[in-house]
Amino acid sequence: MFEAIIALALIGLIFGLVLGLASKKLAVETDPTIDELILALPGANCGACGYPGCSGLAEAIANGQANIDACIPGGKEVADHIASIMGMDAGSGKEPLIARVRCQGTHEKSKYIYDYEGIASCDMAASYFQGSKDCIYGCFGLGTCAQSCPFDAITMGEDNLPDIHLDKCTGCGICVEACPQNIIILSRATQRVFVSCCNTDKGKDSRKVCTTSCIKCGICERGCPFEAIKIIPSGNGSIARIDETLCTNCGWCADNCPTGAIEIIEPLPVFFNMNNPTESLPASDTASMSCGSCTLCK
Amino acid sequence: MNYFTLIISAMLVQNIVLAQFLGVCPFLGVSKKVESAIGMGMAVVFVMTIASAISWLVYNYILVRFHLEYLQTIAFILVIASLVQFVEMVIRKFSPGLYKSLGVYLPLITTNCAVLGVALLNVQNGYNFLATVINGSANALGFTLALILFAGLRERVDEMNVPASLAGMPISLIIASIMSIAFLGFTGLV
Repeated sequence: MFEAIIALALIGLIFGLVLGLASKKLAVETDPTIDELILALPGANCGACGYPGCSGLAEAIANGQANIDACIPGGKEVADHIASIMGMDAGSGKEPLIARVRCQGTHEKSKYIYDYEGIASCDMAASYFQGSKDCIYGCFGLGTCAQSCPFDAITMGEDNLPDIHLDKCTGCGICVEACPQNIIILSRATQRVFVSCCNTDKGKDSRKVCTTSCIKCGICERGCPFEAIKIIPSGNGSIARIDETLCTNCGWCADNCPTGAIEIIEPLPVFFNMNNPTESLPASDTASMSCGSCTLCK
Repeated sequence: MNYFTLIISAMLVQNIVLAQFLGVCPFLGVSKKVESAIGMGMAVVFVMTIASAISWLVYNYILVRFHLEYLQTIAFILVIASLVQFVEMVIRKFSPGLYKSLGVYLPLITTNCAVLGVALLNVQNGYNFLATVINGSANALGFTLALILFAGLRERVDEMNVPASLAGMPISLIIASIMSIAFLGFTGLV
């Protein structure tokens, strides 16, 4: 037995040494910028850029086929780093995006019409009577989005809805693709008011299936001081949607929505710093959060 | 041993894919285009010949000497895996053009059971060193021949009006089995 162990170990060792020597002797000079770029990229290989992994993007950037801000999850920080490697100026960069879950249909608000006991996959659940929830537009709560997230930014909350951790979310959009209900969207990171419902049925029907659904009453549309929220046709019906280019995050619509379908989320301190206005913000952020003088703040 | 008979036997009569059913995975996987089939075939010829030679040396000078013949499978896997790595490095250094054209097929050969199968068969049949090298390369040429023929057939079938239930892989498997039956015709040649 010992001969066997020694013999195999020796063979392995010899081949290992040969390979090790060969990798030194036969090392091919690769473009050092590509290696630097690979280090600069996040390394999650999420594929949001459309290239096969971070190394694919690094090669494309080095060859000038991809833009220096092509890495979506990396955002401005990575774009700046890449720009310095490539000797370019990143400019102001794109506004960062983060994912939002547009459903508040917890167990209490929208009943389950049957117990789903199949594979924990939203795609599977969607194929049985359009899901187990009363509201066919709602979140099944099976966590396909959480599984898909390469950055662990989504966890399933106790209310069976996904929680998006804004500090980890990079806006790569993989969960948007993964969700069969199209509940998750990407919106600008500075947007803190959004319509958290996807039910496009008539008001009566949508209220019947969920107590926090958009009932298309039009209060928000009439009341918005900036005409940023409109009931727009969507799918077979209509739903309230916010035009992010006009919205000033004043929150009037959320306060006056009779069902609570419009949500206000706590912004990230890096994007907003309303509690501490003395701290200066980067110019690109202040532009999108400037006060609209609506006087509706309390 | 007549080397000519050995070559004919390895290439046609005992064709590695169509008579011995080894290496069927790359046979079905890399046969969509004749071009890539040629690339894969070249890589297999290259690796199988060298793997046969080195595994023969390892078997006869190390395993037999220490009466460790039962370790042949695991030792040969070791040889083939490191060899493919080594060959990849050499090609990358000295022939970047060939490296690019072989692309992903080269590392894929590590897990090609035809290479291991030929190395084991060489030992089983008790070939000498020259016969081993000839048998290895002839088997690889047989693999290449089958792969290129199959890829050519698949390219033509792609343009035909195949019934929907047979389109794609099913018709390819039928083609492969008919080719295998056709190769049965070589039986008795040697």
